[in-house]
Amino acid sequence: MAGELSGILDHVDRIAALDLDDVPPTSHVVDLKNVLRPDEPRPSWPRETMLDAAPDPAEGAFRAPSPAAETEV
Amino acid sequence: MSELLGLTVAEAAARISAGEIPGAEYTEAWREAAAGDELNAYLWRADDRTSGTPPNGEDSGTFGGGDGPLAGVPVAVKDIFCAEGIPTTAGSRILEGYRPPYTATAVRRLHDAGAGVLGKTNMDEFAMGSSNENSAYGPVLNPWDRGRVPGGSSGGSAAAVAAGLAPCAIGTDTGGSIRQPASLCGIVGLKPTYGAISRYGMIAFASSLDQCGPLTRDVTDAALLLSALQGHDPCDSTSVGIEGGIAAPSREDLSGLRFAVPSELARDGIEPGVRAVFEATLETIERLGGELSEASLPHTEHGISAYYVLAPAEASTNLARYDGVRYGMRAEAGELVEMYEGTRAEGFGDEVKRRIMLGTYALSSGYYDAYYGRAQRVRTKIAADFAAAFSEFDFVVTPTSPSVAFNLGEKTDDPLAMYLNDFFTVPMSLAGLPAISIPAGLAEPEGGGPRLPVGFQIAAPAFGEQTLLEAAFALEREIGFDARPGKDGDG
Repeated sequence: MAGELSGILDHVDRIAALDLDDVPPTSHVVDLKNVLRPDEPRPSWPRETMLDAAPDPAEGAFRAPSPAAETEV
Repeated sequence: MSELLGLTVAEAAARISAGEIPGAEYTEAWREAAAGDELNAYLWRADDRTSGTPPNGEDSGTFGGGDGPLAGVPVAVKDIFCAEGIPTTAGSRILEGYRPPYTATAVRRLHDAGAGVLGKTNMDEFAMGSSNENSAYGPVLNPWDRGRVPGGSSGGSAAAVAAGLAPCAIGTDTGGSIRQPASLCGIVGLKPTYGAISRYGMIAFASSLDQCGPLTRDVTDAALLLSALQGHDPCDSTSVGIEGGIAAPSREDLSGLRFAVPSELARDGIEPGVRAVFEATLETIERLGGELSEASLPHTEHGISAYYVLAPAEASTNLARYDGVRYGMRAEAGELVEMYEGTRAEGFGDEVKRRIMLGTYALSSGYYDAYYGRAQRVRTKIAADFAAAFSEFDFVVTPTSPSVAFNLGEKTDDPLAMYLNDFFTVPMSLAGLPAISIPAGLAEPEGGGPRLPVGFQIAAPAFGEQTLLEAAFALEREIGFDARPGKDGDG
């Protein structure tokens, strides 16, 4: 995959030649005005429903293997 | 039955609402048609009880009913849209068996208009690809020639509509994923303005670019679906909807409308057959009274470079959520980091891994300004090029894809060649603009073979969908494209 990634980066590098010094970056294309919604409590997703999709739900939570081996490093 | 399948969605919906056809009969005819899928277009179908009985005893094919504008209409839905209780994989092993607890707003809106889900369609994994060969569930075959790709990433949706396995479909377009497969399959594909349709429940690839849109037999059906799909959604703060809504297009000529052909987008790398159809379509525009001029959009040729920094960068952050903890598959491991690594190594395909690596590289300290920062500035320049063009012209037109459908396996060993398929579609995505691909004719592929569909792309200013649909409607009518797979192709 290293060769493929280098080929892609070589193509991407074409933009290095452009003069972009005074150009602002765009992260979002649509002009949006900030708005506030009423701060009203709404019911959240039921815990059981959310845990249904988990590979290893336990005691009302997501269970994952211990990170212990990592902290020993 | 076959008479029902021959109707456009607008025709069928009108007859259903007039009581001339029972909605249930129409739906059943399409369920039977979808069951005959030999193209691997569907990953799940509403009649497929073995793989998809939803929980709660609810029939997943449930229709909104009532007298909505889409009452009784079954829609093929790209497998990137969450639908409650229905398997949703985004074409990835990492989501195999996942059944979302909620429904995407786009699917909900179709349902509210009376439509139902006919099936979930195959796609490139997480919408990353232009040929549908990156699906973990096998490629979709092009109905015009089963040795060729349908395009991607919404390849299943496009093939299903083209092959008569669905009356209409929805897909998503990040850099061309609706328009390019529509072009390669000979149907209509519309990418609306960024913000026209809610992204809630649409599995994220590149959030600043992703947009839902319809894939249909004709422009009128595209307008009908867009009209139901568009609108602000409190669940997606970037959604604004289209002011005034969308009406059925009716324009018959193009007089007074000005079309720009970008000089930068109309040179090397276009197949001769595609170029010929494109030029013939320009003549058709003039015949209808449209005015044509060449225009310069100097930065659009850098679209691919900017896109393949920005989209992978956003993807690399979006896909961090697939960690084997909350949903999807998990690789067995005794320790946490080993589990993360194993899950991603097994769950993601090569193209997804490639893009995550590109994205994390582009965002890494020391390279951020050179890649991500510069790409964001190129994006500004491309948007400015379009803004300048639209101060003089109503539309910008290009071929949708530089080639007709290519052979399966032809570009899988060369990711960059695959990316260059998006040359004509990526600039509009970066600028957030609406663009439509309509079938403009057939052309022989380079290297010979039966003739295949060629798409013509029209782009308009932001939220100019109604004008765009009107022009596409007039052009579609004059072109009179009526070829179908198996009739004029060899599929």
